[in-house]
Amino acid sequence: MEKKSESSTDEIKTGSTRREFLEQVSVITAGTALSVSLKAAKLPTNRKFYQEEGTVEVSFFINDKKMTLELDPRTSLLDALREKLHLTGTKKGCDRGQCGACTVLVDGKRINSCLKLAGMCEGAHITTIEGLAKGDQLHPLQTAFLKHDAFQCGYCTPGQICSAVGLIKEGHAKTDDEIRELMSGNICRCGAYQNILEAIKEVQKS
Amino acid sequence: MHPFTFIKAGDNNTAIKAATENAASKFIGGGTNLVDLMKMNIEKPDKIIDINILPLKEIKKLSNGNILIGALVTNSDLAYNEMIRNKFPVLSEAILAGASAQLRNIATTGGNLLQRTRCYYFYDTATPCNKREPGSGCSAINGYNRIHAVLGTSDKCIATHPSDMCVAMAALDAIIHVQGINGERKIMFSDFHTLPGDHPEIENILQKGDLITAVEIPALSFAKNSAYVKVRDRASYDFALASAAVALDINNGIIKNARIALGGVATKPWRATEAEQALIGKQVSANSFKDAADIALKNSKELKFNSYKTELAKRTLISALNKIGGIA
Repeated sequence: MEKKSESSTDEIKTGSTRREFLEQVSVITAGTALSVSLKAAKLPTNRKFYQEEGTVEVSFFINDKKMTLELDPRTSLLDALREKLHLTGTKKGCDRGQCGACTVLVDGKRINSCLKLAGMCEGAHITTIEGLAKGDQLHPLQTAFLKHDAFQCGYCTPGQICSAVGLIKEGHAKTDDEIRELMSGNICRCGAYQNILEAIKEVQKS
Repeated sequence: MHPFTFIKAGDNNTAIKAATENAASKFIGGGTNLVDLMKMNIEKPDKIIDINILPLKEIKKLSNGNILIGALVTNSDLAYNEMIRNKFPVLSEAILAGASAQLRNIATTGGNLLQRTRCYYFYDTATPCNKREPGSGCSAINGYNRIHAVLGTSDKCIATHPSDMCVAMAALDAIIHVQGINGERKIMFSDFHTLPGDHPEIENILQKGDLITAVEIPALSFAKNSAYVKVRDRASYDFALASAAVALDINNGIIKNARIALGGVATKPWRATEAEQALIGKQVSANSFKDAADIALKNSKELKFNSYKTELAKRTLISALNKIGGIA
């Protein structure tokens, strides 16, 4: 898809609509509606959210796009992504660093966005599940997850994929057991672990 | 979550001054434990001081051979550091046995020293807890105390110290570098964490405004012959029920020197010096390892649901000693 500049037309008037939400979720569950969903994710760029005293202003790059937000200091990176930027691909599971559903890449490293205060991310380059595809071309891990049926309900999938991107980049996992160990921060309640492992191995080999 | 003001400290002195001015302030490094506790309304700071731009992110070898680890070095960067892996495998293994890859990517060395317990009652604000609310009582002593400590407990608190990294650092005699309002000082690892005693809410000897700047690992030639063994309810991503950090200096089958520390069973990272002494001069053998394990746990104080931990800790320690001693 074409890249829009910060000052262009992607300001939104209200919060994320249910339609936008569902379109974004469809990336995860079907994995096929990616281009549609990226268009739907109209990112608010010129809008200030909280004007009350004691807010914190933070500028960071979300999927290569510079964003400036004024936030309640208590806002986690996860809530900033979902509630302020309407990037609902990143999922809230436990909200306590135990399930991995909220995994994103910050400066190339996978982290739990639920335990990171957004205010601590000044200048950071953050990649979410929405930022992995290149236009219509899925990231190799997205393709591999589809091929190997590496999900059932799909809720943990964005976190699994972002975590796997981090794992492959780190380069410490050589065996099946090592991949399992270094993916243990991502829980899949449907139990798609074997297929997740196969998807990761395929991308590792290529 | 309790509201707080958020500031960024540009240098150590600014950070320390800001922390000294406000009684309810907290430094934030990784925040993986602190933010979790804030969400649960257990930690309620009025001011969060972000220290992440401070220049405390280096691991360097000092001229005396010691390794100096900046307080903001992440657990991942420390665990995968080549010097640490080669010279102090016990430290690398301990860190990698804890948390998940995502958490280790944010969690810092300084923050890990200050990790708070995983006692269920500490987390459950509906129940009394002397650590959370001094004087309110301990729910664990007569409660479900399966994960609780058998060493270093008091009648006020039996919560375990949760860190794996700290167990390795206890065995390695690490030195904690602290900068405070009155300047810099060094604290021996064994002095840093305090026993619960009558004040389980106090967990270390840091004073208001003190900033941990680094952890120094003294050179120890036989630390290359070291290991960390951890036993937990699941194979990965869980806190220790028992763990052992061990280093042995072995010459012709005779133990010249030993380092032993235990985790998961004590109220602080638990150095077992008496067990170490018992090994010195002994042959590497199943018997000498069993004797050392018996000594390490001789003061174990069992409660209703954690009595299994005495035997578990002994076997965990023996397993670590066997691994390093080359006994199958």
